[in-house]
Amino acid sequence: MDSRRSSRAVIDPKVRQVGFFTSAPLPPDRTQSDPPDPIRSPPLADASSPGNSLSPVMIPPPRHPSDSLLRLPHSPSDAFPPPSPTTTTTSLGDFSDDVTAASSPPPAAARVRGRGSSVKQQGAASSFPGGGFEVPPSVKAPSSVPASGLTTVSVVKLPPGISENAGGSVSVEVQSDRALNSKPLKEKTSKAERRAIQEAQRAAKAAAKAEGIKTPAVTALANAKSAKSTKPSPQRNDSAVVVAASEKKGGDRSVEKDRKKDVPHPRMQYDDKSRVQKLKKRSVVKPTEARNRVELFRHLPQYEHGTQLPVLQSKFFQLDTLHPAVYKVGLQYLSGDICGGNARCIAMLQAFQEAIRDYSTPPAKTLSRDLTAKISSYVSFLIDCRPLSVSMGNAIRFLKSQIAKIPISLSESEAKATLHSDIERFINEKIILADRVIVKHAVTKIRDGDVLLTYGSSSAVEMILQHAHELGKQFRVVIVDSRPKHEGKLLLRRLVRKGLSCTYTHINAISYIMHEVTRVFLGASSVLSNGTVYSRVGTACVAMVAYGFHIPVLVCCEAYKFHERVQLDSICSNELGDPDSISKVPGREDINHLDGWDKSENLQLLNLIYDATPSDYVSLIITDYGMIPPTSVPVIVREYGRGQLWIYEECDPLASPGRCSDAVFFVDGLIFYPSQHLVLSFWFPDRPPSGLNNDLLERSDNFVTVAENGNFTNFEL
Amino acid sequence: MNTDDSSWWPMGDGVLCNAASQTYPSCNTFTHALSFFNKIEGSQATARQTAELLRSVISQQRVPYTNQAGALIDAVKAIGEQLIAANPVELAVGNIVRRVLHIIREEDLSLTTAAIGGLNLSAVSDDENDDDRDGDSTLSAAAVAAAARSTLRPPSLQTLLEDTPVSAAVPQTSSSGGDSEGKSKFSFTAADKSSRSRKLKHDVIEAVNELIQDIVTCHEQIAEQAVEHIHQNEVILTLGSSRTVLEFLFAAKEKKRSFRVFVAEGAPRYQGHLLAKELVARGLQTTLITDSAVFAMISRVNMVIVGAHAVMANGGVIAPVGMNLVALAAQKHAVPFVVLAGSHKLCPLYPHNPEVLLNELRSPSELLDFGEFSDCMDFGSGSGSPLLHVVNPAFDYVPPKLVSLFITDAGGHNPSYMYRLIADYYSADDLVVQRRATAGN
Repeated sequence: MDSRRSSRAVIDPKVRQVGFFTSAPLPPDRTQSDPPDPIRSPPLADASSPGNSLSPVMIPPPRHPSDSLLRLPHSPSDAFPPPSPTTTTTSLGDFSDDVTAASSPPPAAARVRGRGSSVKQQGAASSFPGGGFEVPPSVKAPSSVPASGLTTVSVVKLPPGISENAGGSVSVEVQSDRALNSKPLKEKTSKAERRAIQEAQRAAKAAAKAEGIKTPAVTALANAKSAKSTKPSPQRNDSAVVVAASEKKGGDRSVEKDRKKDVPHPRMQYDDKSRVQKLKKRSVVKPTEARNRVELFRHLPQYEHGTQLPVLQSKFFQLDTLHPAVYKVGLQYLSGDICGGNARCIAMLQAFQEAIRDYSTPPAKTLSRDLTAKISSYVSFLIDCRPLSVSMGNAIRFLKSQIAKIPISLSESEAKATLHSDIERFINEKIILADRVIVKHAVTKIRDGDVLLTYGSSSAVEMILQHAHELGKQFRVVIVDSRPKHEGKLLLRRLVRKGLSCTYTHINAISYIMHEVTRVFLGASSVLSNGTVYSRVGTACVAMVAYGFHIPVLVCCEAYKFHERVQLDSICSNELGDPDSISKVPGREDINHLDGWDKSENLQLLNLIYDATPSDYVSLIITDYGMIPPTSVPVIVREYGRGQLWIYEECDPLASPGRCSDAVFFVDGLIFYPSQHLVLSFWFPDRPPSGLNNDLLERSDNFVTVAENGNFTNFEL
Repeated sequence: MNTDDSSWWPMGDGVLCNAASQTYPSCNTFTHALSFFNKIEGSQATARQTAELLRSVISQQRVPYTNQAGALIDAVKAIGEQLIAANPVELAVGNIVRRVLHIIREEDLSLTTAAIGGLNLSAVSDDENDDDRDGDSTLSAAAVAAAARSTLRPPSLQTLLEDTPVSAAVPQTSSSGGDSEGKSKFSFTAADKSSRSRKLKHDVIEAVNELIQDIVTCHEQIAEQAVEHIHQNEVILTLGSSRTVLEFLFAAKEKKRSFRVFVAEGAPRYQGHLLAKELVARGLQTTLITDSAVFAMISRVNMVIVGAHAVMANGGVIAPVGMNLVALAAQKHAVPFVVLAGSHKLCPLYPHNPEVLLNELRSPSELLDFGEFSDCMDFGSGSGSPLLHVVNPAFDYVPPKLVSLFITDAGGHNPSYMYRLIADYYSADDLVVQRRATAGN
């Protein structure tokens, strides 16, 4: 894989042809070593030109080739490695790119840097009737799929531009448009001819730019990773991208439908007697209901705590339906050994991984159905142990959709392997990698002399603090803690060990300590689509006081924890912890006024786990898609929903072009295709770019990192 | 402004050993209790004990023939200074000292007024007594009283309105003036000395007894107003424990109001547990919540009722730590924030940086066990400041804009009116209890 990687050319589509420039001749490029796919894209394939042609393209800063790969840390608490040139960075150009003043096309320029070589690349745009293009394995040539859209596609292959010495990489540039479709290019044009064509093209481009027309174009930047000259790994080799033009219309409708379906299910309401009865029948754990239930929270499960654990432990050998790994995780939830959104989610996914590994489809059943049912039973067991967090809910949703997508033709072992790698990828991309991106963003907000306040213990915030400390920033940390969990103590211990200067206090003293604070970093269990931050109880208090003191509140949350549900208060949905932990104060035996509290009818102890912070109090949400204001959360939620469908898509776009509507992830005119190492930029003529809205783009210096099997590509906006 | 920071600040424990406290041994123990052991918990108990101590001081004080009030005031000030210094954060001590001083002045004044009234009745006979004054013997007693009152209180709209035109001639002493001016003017030498001196002391002690009685019964007086503020099915939130709040809620409960109480536990002292226990014992529906859940729950609360540690003259409240959080949350959700405070908690001082200056940092062991973090700290490196700080303040300051209502034993008041209410209880001369440098030890 490394060899393949190193040979990959880097795409830098700073110059792109946009619009219907049917007459533009193809740039005469170097003859491509691989013949185009004879069937699908015969005519258009063209060899990329050698990089010596000085095109007015943006020249990416040279990257030093390096084979060292960024390894994904397997625990989120690992130190974040500083970004290094070894990272394969693909930058998606922005509109204001200074480098490409003259030539960058209006909609979106993308700059993709390959790992092994720094290549100047030239984009050629093709507009095709069909609006779909596909890149066959060896040659990236858009197929002439007839379609009705106005979408134009340009597939760009990178010539090994400046650094031609990066010999291994061969880029192929393909341009297709209607005219070209009808008039296939000769495979071999003379160098001079190609040169001429290129010049003409450039002129046309410049003209187009001068007019300032935003020409509709879908520019597909194809990474030259298929590296024709080298042997690409077979599985990757056939990667191809199709953007079906039809997706625009038909796809939209299906998206609409999906969206309707996406309205979150109403939560289980525990004051609904019949449903509770039903649930109890299914339940393994059989919790006893708490006696002194808080009236206000009848709709939430209020069970006696501490009773389930021994019962469950004794039942271990009877519960043959449960996989031991799931069982173990359930017990860990129950006993509180695993807490925190990321940790719980990862533990659950890994347990599912094991369960899937040991799974075998019973006779006369299909894998996808039976496994889904199985997973559902696991999930309900886990819910019995502790209500799901939003992060887990999202992960389960993802897993189920993956299972549903498994084609029946796939053999069981293949399907299992697929699911295994899907889960692995979810953990890596959505949690671990996301955290690293968040850290990278967040450290830019820490200055020397800052006093940073954090509440409780958030894994993301901890990584940020540690990374900032490793960078040598001089700052102080205030850790605010609260009863009954005192999670801050653990954080305090870890930070003090690392040599950070810390101040520890409890939440009541927040008004006292806030005078000296300059920034507040908070973690979140979830961010809801109205901007409400759903987090450890007390977060709202901290944010409120900080707001009162005019101190910026930065919430760090991975995008997979975003949820389309909305919530205004902390009552309607929440989780109730063990009330006994309130009545006792560890280490303070003198406080025993409430011993035997459950004997009195009038007294309830309420141990809320979460609360909802109104979005007014939040200055910024730092997520893996960049730093966004709370108002932009619904946009992320919407795009993430699509992205999720897509990112894990293993389907061959060629085989099922329709699916690619799901398979595209839009960020302001950019389409990410990490699994194929493709970045497509697109522009629909009649529709503003979907994806993150413009204000987002202006506000933050985004980049998105896409990972594939442990390698990353950063797409910078 | 009449406040003086130095009057709140510890002056060192050396003052404990001076002559005055040796004269009154009980003072010594009390001072010890205040300063070292915090044995006396709660401002009510402190106030009461302070008043009792001062009563004994007054009763033991020998009064000279001339200037009896001055002698009493000096004695009370001497003790009061030490008491305040012993625990400057316990503002109730200073309040009571000032109130006793005020009582002495008032009693002295009323005796004087009566005497003048008597003089006026007997017209000419004691004419020479008025020699030292400007000589207007026809000045009515009422005018004298008004003039005198104006020396005891800062100038305000009310005193202006009360003043008769005649008294305009009487020079008003400035509020920041020394403590001798008022009394020198009215320190009579000619009236029946022995009987008046005994009468003054007697009256003062009587009045102090009344004050003690007021302190003891302030709960009932505040609780009487409960039914006017709590209606059926109300949801009330409170933080920590306050006897006043407890009585207030009971009073409403006894009037057959049924309502629900959320009690925030008030870490790190967890007095909320105590309050919850007592409320439940009286049959109130009680829910104990953690302090961090205050924001979550306050949207379902109709009213926040809390006690206070002290109420400052600007309407700001010194309250147990965490109160500012509750007040901010209440303001966010437009929930009325009601503070119950007996009159002994009304402090005539204006706060300056109260979060720091009127606060007390308690032991970190309430948050972290000693030694819990010793393993991860490197004491050997000697880089100066330690890596770990633990902050455990005892009080919070709630600015007046966050308070909806004060309920005192004198009724309900707006925060903006507190300065005026407070002015009724104190004399402007006493705001600085500290004696003059010459009078000091």
